[in-house]
Amino acid sequence: MTKKTSVLSGKSAKPLVERAMNLIFLICGLASVISVVFMTVYMVASGGAIIAETGVLRFLLGRIWNPGSSEFGILPMILASLLATLCAVLVALPVGVLIAVFLAKLSPGKLAAGMRTFIDLLAGIPSVIYGLLGALLIVPMIFRLQKAAGLPNGGSLLAAILILVIMILPTIISVSETALRTVPKQYEEAALALGSTRLQCIFKVTIPAAKSGIVAGMVLGTGRAIGEAMAVMMVSGNAAIMPELLRPVRLLTAAIPIEWAYSSGLHRQALYGIGLVLFVFIMIINILLRQIMKKGGAHDE
Amino acid sequence: MNNPPLSRITGKRRRPSEFLLYGLIYLLAACLAVLVLLLVGYILVRGLPAITVPFLTTAENPILETVGIFPSIVNTLYIVFFALIICVPLGVGGAVYLSEYAKNKKLVGAIQFASETLAGIPSILYGIFGYVFFCVLLNLHVSLIAGVLTLTIMVLPIMMRTTQEALRAVPKAYREGALGLGATKWYLIRTILIPSSLKGILTGVILSVGRMVSESAALLLVAGGSAMYMPRGSVWEQLSHSGSTLSVELYRYAMSRGDNGTAFGIASVLIVIVALLNLLTRFVAWRLNKK
Repeated sequence: MTKKTSVLSGKSAKPLVERAMNLIFLICGLASVISVVFMTVYMVASGGAIIAETGVLRFLLGRIWNPGSSEFGILPMILASLLATLCAVLVALPVGVLIAVFLAKLSPGKLAAGMRTFIDLLAGIPSVIYGLLGALLIVPMIFRLQKAAGLPNGGSLLAAILILVIMILPTIISVSETALRTVPKQYEEAALALGSTRLQCIFKVTIPAAKSGIVAGMVLGTGRAIGEAMAVMMVSGNAAIMPELLRPVRLLTAAIPIEWAYSSGLHRQALYGIGLVLFVFIMIINILLRQIMKKGGAHDE
Repeated sequence: MNNPPLSRITGKRRRPSEFLLYGLIYLLAACLAVLVLLLVGYILVRGLPAITVPFLTTAENPILETVGIFPSIVNTLYIVFFALIICVPLGVGGAVYLSEYAKNKKLVGAIQFASETLAGIPSILYGIFGYVFFCVLLNLHVSLIAGVLTLTIMVLPIMMRTTQEALRAVPKAYREGALGLGATKWYLIRTILIPSSLKGILTGVILSVGRMVSESAALLLVAGGSAMYMPRGSVWEQLSHSGSTLSVELYRYAMSRGDNGTAFGIASVLIVIVALLNLLTRFVAWRLNKK
């Protein structure tokens, strides 16, 4: 096709407009690549300074965060972020997959459509609203537990986990639902014909066949959880100490907006450093996700 | 008479363990529905009473002790409008390049990867990058325009993905027909491809607006500030000053001042906007299917 046009019009005779548009579209296409390159360069450049100054190990493994005396150890924050993300995903994954099973396989079409409206709404609620609701509804719920454990009342790691579970559920549900729906009908028909019950078929055939999609949903949810800042900041109490379930914690993401306004000099650079650590985590997750998608795509063919 | 019941033959009888599992699945689904209703209901019940005409049309007045969110509504509109002006052509152009021009597989792979990466970067990191690059390096200071540019990059992958999907749905015959009749590529794109993927582009616009309206972490760092005064001066003057959008203002009222009544008022406004945008997406998809 293209060959024919080029024979007729001749490549050299391409009008100026065509060549200009070709160039403009190329620039638009490259915009995302340029953005990623610039982001990487500036994240590394701005965050690298403090890490070079205090040393990688002292920055990453230091237990004390005290900007006043220029001590910048972010181990408690890294652990708090990882712990909150891990727990949130561990809770949200089974719940999300079971709800996706309900939507894709068990519920009548109209009910599923109605539920999806709800899930879309949940996905669209701004994170500050989750933070507000968390601070007023979830944090007080934990007061009794804290009292029983003899701890002061306030924000906690548990509150951050609960709010993250609610926030990543829509992602896990919708990605898993799509994965469950794309499993070929023949698989299920064969299982049902061989005498398995509806649930046996779903749990032994459909879910294993949709595994790569479900894992992709889990990784996407992990990325969302580890990058969430405002909501967890409003419920987690923000003390940069080693994480415990019922005590206040500070997550990597939360440290940045909390201290941003009154930080300067070395302190501000330490916040850039935290940004760089987060950036590395997110890049690892992105690359992982890409590998899973590639593998999943190859499997389907 | 002694024949076993049909259900046993067809395997339809349910074991106790299956009953439990069914119960769990239905229970979780019901819990989710109840949770959404409770959350949204709670916000609206606490927030709607705060919404009055002066609340929506005036600025805060510390002397009269009245609150108003008009300045942050204006800031939100500015940011959404100008970010769309930059982002829509850029995103649509990028998608057109990927599906119509690009032949180099490596380049296509790089663009796809970049777009996926951008989609996965959390907003707080956009905030740091936007601050370091736009506010400091390009000397734009903490301003609405820095917010516009930061959000443009943030929603670029959304625009690209939806447009790409829409372009993919345009039948190949359209392209072959147009090129066969002697149309140039730009003419084909301008008169056939973009009009037939208009609804996909529209979906991208709505999703982008949703993301920008709910954005807070990035804007807190790059556009920050507050929204105390009624808008004044030329558009450019306003863009070059700092200002908070609705979401950022909600955070300020809830966290820095502990004024939950106003925070819930803003939250209700945001929930209504999000719900309307969701409805709009559905409406566009429905029209698309009808066609």
